[in-house]
Amino acid sequence: MTNIPETGRTPRVQIRLVVIQILVLSLLGTLGGRLWYLQIREGAEYAKEASGNHVQQVVEPAVRGSILDARGIPLADNETRLVVSASRTDLLKQQDDGKAVLTKLAGVLGMDPEEVLQKVRLCDAETPQPCWNGSPYQPIPITDEATAKQALQIRERAEDFPGITAEPEAVRRYPAPGKSNTAQVLGYLSPVTDEEITKAQDTDSPYLRSDQVGRSGLERQYDKELRGKAGVTRYEVDNLGRVIGQAEADAAQPGSNLVTSIDSRVQRVAEYELNEAMKEARKQWDRNTQEKYKADSGAVVVMEAKTGRIVAMASNPNYDPNAWVGGISAKDYKKLTGKSSNYPLLNRAIQGQSAPGSTFKVISTAAAVEAGYAFDGHYPCTSSYSVGGQVFKNFESENFGPISLGRALEVSCDTVFYGLAHREWQKDGGIKPKKSANDYFFKAAHQFGLGKETGIDLPNEVTGRVPDRAWKQAYWEANKDAWCKSGKKDGSYVEVIAYENCLEGNQMRAGDEINYSIGQGDTLVTPIQMATIYAAISNGGTLYDPTVGKAVISADGKKVTEIEPTSHGKLPISRTTLNQMDEALAGVATRGTAAWRFAQVGWPQDKIPMHAKTGTAEVYGKQTTSWFTTYTKDYAVVMTISQGGTGSGASGPAVRNIYDALYGVADDGTIDKSKALLPTPQKSLPTVRTDGTIKSPKVAKDPAKEQRLSQQGVPEPDESQPAGTVQQTGTGTNRDTRRRRRKRGSRRMCT
Amino acid sequence: MTGANSFSVSGYGPERAGWTRVFARDSLARRLDWPILLSATALSLIGSVLVFSATRNRTEINQGDPYYFLIRHLMNTGIGFALMAGTVWLGHRALRNAVPVLYGLSVLLILLVLTPLGSTVNGAHSWIVLGGGFSLQPSEFVKITIILGTAMLLAARVDAGDRTYPDHRTVVQALGLAAVPMLVVMLMPDLGSVMVMVMIVLGVLLASGASNRWVFGILGAGAAGAVAVWQLHILDDYQIARFAAFANPSLDPAGVGYNTNQARIAIGSGGLTGSGLFHGSQTTGQFVPEQQTDFVFTVAGEELGFVGAGLIVLLLGVVLWRACRIARETTELYGTVVAAGIVAWFAFQSFENIGMTLGIMPVTGLPLPFVSYGGSSMFAVWVAIGLLQSIRVQRPMSA
Repeated sequence: MTNIPETGRTPRVQIRLVVIQILVLSLLGTLGGRLWYLQIREGAEYAKEASGNHVQQVVEPAVRGSILDARGIPLADNETRLVVSASRTDLLKQQDDGKAVLTKLAGVLGMDPEEVLQKVRLCDAETPQPCWNGSPYQPIPITDEATAKQALQIRERAEDFPGITAEPEAVRRYPAPGKSNTAQVLGYLSPVTDEEITKAQDTDSPYLRSDQVGRSGLERQYDKELRGKAGVTRYEVDNLGRVIGQAEADAAQPGSNLVTSIDSRVQRVAEYELNEAMKEARKQWDRNTQEKYKADSGAVVVMEAKTGRIVAMASNPNYDPNAWVGGISAKDYKKLTGKSSNYPLLNRAIQGQSAPGSTFKVISTAAAVEAGYAFDGHYPCTSSYSVGGQVFKNFESENFGPISLGRALEVSCDTVFYGLAHREWQKDGGIKPKKSANDYFFKAAHQFGLGKETGIDLPNEVTGRVPDRAWKQAYWEANKDAWCKSGKKDGSYVEVIAYENCLEGNQMRAGDEINYSIGQGDTLVTPIQMATIYAAISNGGTLYDPTVGKAVISADGKKVTEIEPTSHGKLPISRTTLNQMDEALAGVATRGTAAWRFAQVGWPQDKIPMHAKTGTAEVYGKQTTSWFTTYTKDYAVVMTISQGGTGSGASGPAVRNIYDALYGVADDGTIDKSKALLPTPQKSLPTVRTDGTIKSPKVAKDPAKEQRLSQQGVPEPDESQPAGTVQQTGTGTNRDTRRRRRKRGSRRMCT
Repeated sequence: MTGANSFSVSGYGPERAGWTRVFARDSLARRLDWPILLSATALSLIGSVLVFSATRNRTEINQGDPYYFLIRHLMNTGIGFALMAGTVWLGHRALRNAVPVLYGLSVLLILLVLTPLGSTVNGAHSWIVLGGGFSLQPSEFVKITIILGTAMLLAARVDAGDRTYPDHRTVVQALGLAAVPMLVVMLMPDLGSVMVMVMIVLGVLLASGASNRWVFGILGAGAAGAVAVWQLHILDDYQIARFAAFANPSLDPAGVGYNTNQARIAIGSGGLTGSGLFHGSQTTGQFVPEQQTDFVFTVAGEELGFVGAGLIVLLLGVVLWRACRIARETTELYGTVVAAGIVAWFAFQSFENIGMTLGIMPVTGLPLPFVSYGGSSMFAVWVAIGLLQSIRVQRPMSA
């Protein structure tokens, strides 16, 4: 249609109408452009936001797997508690936001209604505790200590309690079977941190705010396996948070069970004997410091010699791991981490390090043989050894004349090793070392696995230290300023040492290498390292990575993943030397420094050949560290007691008792196989039932006490008998007899 | 009345019999503006589907009947259609004579709102509840009577041939006529409707050929008024909050910024083709408030995507484009001014409504013509369509 000339129509109106039309078009164009921008250009972004809007996740925690001992006895498991929870979503659907229901619930639970109401409110900046800081779609726990009667009341009258559930829930428990504690090996759980939640948010296994994470020990090492996978249900919700549909659901996968090589009975015996040995040591007088031994800490490791598996690992002082369950109290935490309790959280078997003393001599012996000294040669065992005016004494200044390396091990002659080390030091160029110094003694220590982790499946293992030239240089560079500042030529002992260190602390001095050869000085080792070394001597030279975990068994029992022993090297000793050394170490137990703990007090050496090495390490400013390293063909047992006295003196009886328990040896040397806890290492895994549960034998009340009774031939008390009776009839008198016997042994040593 | 060849529909046409009358060159059917009619009908039908999608699950307002709002929307459309037919039948010129009565009635109605008979919805006291689920929003009808009234005053002397442009006296009269109901609506306070009325007055003045001074004067006065309103705290807190949220939507996403944010998320998530009718999660989850009325466009955005939302904008464009043509093609100023007023009304209201869902305009309670659920609005816009049709039907025939 064409434009029509019209009457009374002016150009002004016509122009303005066109202006209106253009304005209208531009408005519509603006809308179209904006629409394109939102929907096409930014569409994906908004789609993401929309999906976040209407989908809410509800995470169902997975039941944490148990930690079992080698026979299937739980060392850590879950206890079922009745947890009463409220669903916020359901409560908000009610007219008064669920106030009436919660008040009624408080009545049933015997709680203050105000408290219950506070527990279900959501935390924000202005809301103080108690409040719920988890997801509002998560059932909010009101109490985890409901009685069965209360739970029944709630469940039977479900229509009276809409949105309230009373469900059994799993809570971690450390049952300490047969009084075994195993605290440091098991580790503990503590609540997840915000950081961890954020990190795990987008993974397939997100944390709940209420989750517990393994913080040390096996709980941490095997956290992933034990934790399982939380179930995630995604709900579509509307703007009020009402559920309008279930989008998808992944069922929770319960955590796997961890079977360890720990035998809870042996563990108990080890813990008990370690503690008794320390108690005994504290009664002994230390002539050097003119006070009683402090015996402030100790550790013992019982290892399968042929696999590196840990049968028992005890660290003293210890603590009750149940203190962590349900959140540790500030008081308990202070106690566990304070100096006054001497840090019971430390696992001293892998985290305690000290000079090894004479137990180091097997390494020096290997080094000497490697350096070309015949094992059967004759080396002077004088009462002292002098170097440049400095006198290095033999232990208790004994003189055995010229003896072989084997005999030097047996009687623990220091001067033999002083001489060898000094000669090697001279060969290597003395104070001005050759470029190609052999350093046999230091090389051997590294080859024995010292100065680095053994690779045990426990977190935070420490490395110890081999004070070789490289370490000396680094240590000197780090400390020379302090030394040079405090050192005085004619000052006190400490000042003189500092003065000397300032001048030549970076050099390997004759005295350093001489001290080092008998495990004194700056050398540091851990009990687990020594156990690994002595187990290797027992098994023909393989250094195994110690393992506590033996197998991971899925919750349904269908998938069993065995943890195979792995090795981190071979000892640098020939077969012949190894046999000679083995013989010498047997000699230690029959006629050497440990004989008064074994052969001379009824050890059946012909049936169970025992090998041992004692060590008494001197620590400046402290009492001596007791080391006792032993092995049979199946086990290596290493015990150390800090500030505890001599090797065989302080640790000897305890180690002997552990062996007695393992093999069923009575005081008179007879072997009663029925009393033996573990005459050969446990090879098979516990039986898994078809429903995934694991069979475990009956747990004795206290294997350590029973062991001590049976050694005396007193009939084993009936398990139903109360503990008090056991004490009165047996142990008291029994212990006295034992002490008498040991004293007899020690007299024989002196003569 | 001008021109000998001006044409009245009823009563004046040549007597013809049967269907030939329908197809005759000068018949009503041939002279109707079909694009407008079809677009408006399509918008109403699309609206019914969107309203249905937004309300079928909302048991708390649909009385348990998912089709409650769908049926009512279709009913409203039907009544609107009838009102359009009636308007065409009466003719805009006949209505001109009734303007004083209609104007008086509409002003009376909005005054009634201020009495206890009125009720408040979403902060605006602009409703009369009739009972039985029916309610009336008289401000919608006032928009029509303002257009008709001002057009009558402004065009009277020009159409009579006395003057080329409306004189100042006439303009003052027209402004006074518009100001009375606007003041009442402002008291409700229904700011959105006031803004629409200001735009209508502007459109009407522009089309009438009134002096530029008046046009710019109104614009200046509007700006000054806005500043005064802001400074003198005439606005309610909720209105200030809406504007603040418009300026910065992330300010308070759970509070006043919520509407804008959720609306934008709904539309943005639609993408090119949308999530499919009845499959929008924002719509199903009722994240967008007032979704069957003021925010109905978000349903289209989410479930029909750019294609569907664009179609709505396009259909509105067709209506406005044709309306502009009608304004230009009619010979009498009265028709031009009425059409221009309607254009200003539809254009601004649509832009404001869609613009607020897209986050480019502040949130006000204005319905989207034809699409939003609401009887009063539906009736008013269909009456407006009737006026446009009447203007077109009665324009002189082309050669």
